[in-house]
Amino acid sequence: MLKRLISNDLPRSRVLAVLLVALLVALAFAPFIFPGVKALNVAAKVLIFLVLVASFDLLLGYTGIVSFAHTMFFGIGAYGVAIASNHLGPTWGALAVGVLGALGLTLALSLAVGLFSLRVRAIFFAMITLAVASAFQTLASQLSEVTGGEDGLSFKLPPVLSPSFELFENPVLGVMVDGKLISYYLLFAVALCLLLALLRIVNSPFGRVLQAIRENEFRAEAIGYRVVVYRTLSSVMSALFACLAGAMLAVWLRYNGPDTSLSFEIMMDVLLIVVMGGMGTVYGAAIGSALFLVAQSYLQDLLRLASEATAAVPTLSALLSPDRWLLWLGVLFVLSVYYFPTGIVGRLRVAAALRKR
Amino acid sequence: MSLRDIDLKPLLLVPALALAVLPFMGSPSTWLTLTVAGLAMGMIIFIIASGLTLVFGLMDVLNFGHGVFIALGAFVATSVLGSMGDWTGSDELWRNLVAVLPAMLVAMAVAGAVGLAFERFIVRPVYGQHLKQILITMGGMIIGEELIKVIWGPQQIALPLPEALRGGIYLGDAAVEKYRLLAVVVGALVFAVQVWVLSRTKIGLLIRAGVQDREMVESLGYRIRRVFVGVFVVGSALAGLGGVMWGLYQQNVVPQMGAQVNVLIFIVIIIGGLGSTGGALIGALLVGLMANYTGFLAPKVALFSNIALMVAILLWRPQGVYPVANR
Repeated sequence: MLKRLISNDLPRSRVLAVLLVALLVALAFAPFIFPGVKALNVAAKVLIFLVLVASFDLLLGYTGIVSFAHTMFFGIGAYGVAIASNHLGPTWGALAVGVLGALGLTLALSLAVGLFSLRVRAIFFAMITLAVASAFQTLASQLSEVTGGEDGLSFKLPPVLSPSFELFENPVLGVMVDGKLISYYLLFAVALCLLLALLRIVNSPFGRVLQAIRENEFRAEAIGYRVVVYRTLSSVMSALFACLAGAMLAVWLRYNGPDTSLSFEIMMDVLLIVVMGGMGTVYGAAIGSALFLVAQSYLQDLLRLASEATAAVPTLSALLSPDRWLLWLGVLFVLSVYYFPTGIVGRLRVAAALRKR
Repeated sequence: MSLRDIDLKPLLLVPALALAVLPFMGSPSTWLTLTVAGLAMGMIIFIIASGLTLVFGLMDVLNFGHGVFIALGAFVATSVLGSMGDWTGSDELWRNLVAVLPAMLVAMAVAGAVGLAFERFIVRPVYGQHLKQILITMGGMIIGEELIKVIWGPQQIALPLPEALRGGIYLGDAAVEKYRLLAVVVGALVFAVQVWVLSRTKIGLLIRAGVQDREMVESLGYRIRRVFVGVFVVGSALAGLGGVMWGLYQQNVVPQMGAQVNVLIFIVIIIGGLGSTGGALIGALLVGLMANYTGFLAPKVALFSNIALMVAILLWRPQGVYPVANR
């Protein structure tokens, strides 16, 4: 039963299995185990990033092509919910319209970009997605009547999901069951379903073809698989999942702006998580997101401390300032691509396989 | 190569685009101003893109970090020009040019030196692996941009034109900025030197042969990798030069400018055909003209006009206007 649920994709490492179960338990009971607003925010962000990163891994890790437009689709999902809720009012209908509209736009856009750029050669894909994404980002901040421009949009959700809603008068297990908690469990359920769906996709015959294309494009074509079709389908699917992750983000924040969902920094985060967690493993996305997001909130404080401690040496202090967070992220990224290409999951699996022999 | 061997159709695209928009412009003088602006922008983009396209053609290296050298060149120029205030402030043309020249040379030298290090530490370990190349050079781009922020600060820095280069001259009713004419001249000079090196020297012969068929040149006993390092360094230096000119064109520099221009040069080298210098020139001129025309006619769609241009060209010639053999 469990085996079927995770599509026969076993962790293949005891340590990894323990980590995954721990992560699942931690996320499932996060509001009760880790009290406080910040902890719940981190947990919700882990859920959102888990879907976003896993969907990117379908493209980068399984199909072997790089897209820089992933945050564009993430943003479309978030803007879909934001714009629909803003115009149609805080109803479930508006939410559905927003999500479906965003999915439709994502489908059309990713199909167009994919078919167009993958038709010629896969290497165009990275460049063209970069161009399209940057044009889209500028467009989103310019169309201020629709998107709220740089300020973004704040909006209301159905009352059940708003923080002022309370299901019971008294706290359950010391935690008030309010709209925020219900939102969290909505995200949890959606994230779990999407992750299992992704596992199903990558372990299907379709997923095997994608991996074959990643390993040897020419051979896959020679066996009789239309590489263009498979690559395009993979990029469309990954875009749709990213769009749903964006909708999750908008539901959680009840706000969306260009910096929260479209910025290049998020793209960098996603790239780093995929590489650190382990390219070509859905579990890597899960473990990576959790580690990264916890580290992010923690390490930036550490950087601030280090920067203040080295205030006597201005250059060093400037290097360590929390504003230069992206610098260290970049260094970490380059180093992990060089020395750690299989990521955490890859390492754990290799270690487990060696022990078995 | 005789004249008859040259494929002329793409060459005609540039005047065709310029003439096609003429009826929409209202007055011919506006058209002339915009056309000169577009050509100037195109020439600057060409200076930057030519290095990138050769690097790809020669070693199949797709450098997403090319933009760093643009920003680096521009920021070095702010420092150099800033320290030569009485030369740039003078209203004699020759003194201004004397100020701009060392700024360009220093920017090229710095960008070239950093390019050497970039090639050694970022690009060399991942030869032949496209996926990792894209990831690594993107990482290098982020690191470079952040280091520029550490050195020069994250804010926008003004890069004013020297006195005598400001303002414009009138050709009939049309105002043409002097600096744009200078940009066209410098761009044409760079193109001429490149054509000369590529077609008339031994090293140029090796580069062209390497782009066509790397293994064959290697089997004849030439170390194509050394040639490649040279091309990479020159390409970075040219990006630095282009950065100075772009900064002077915009009259200000921001650390993110590398990433912004990067998008344009990707479109240019895709239009031109990866590896082709002539294609890069045509692509750059088309992109420069298109950006200026649509910026005037319909600013909101200007963003997507270059992408639309690329789509149209690729539908016509899927490998770019001048496809390079064996790719």
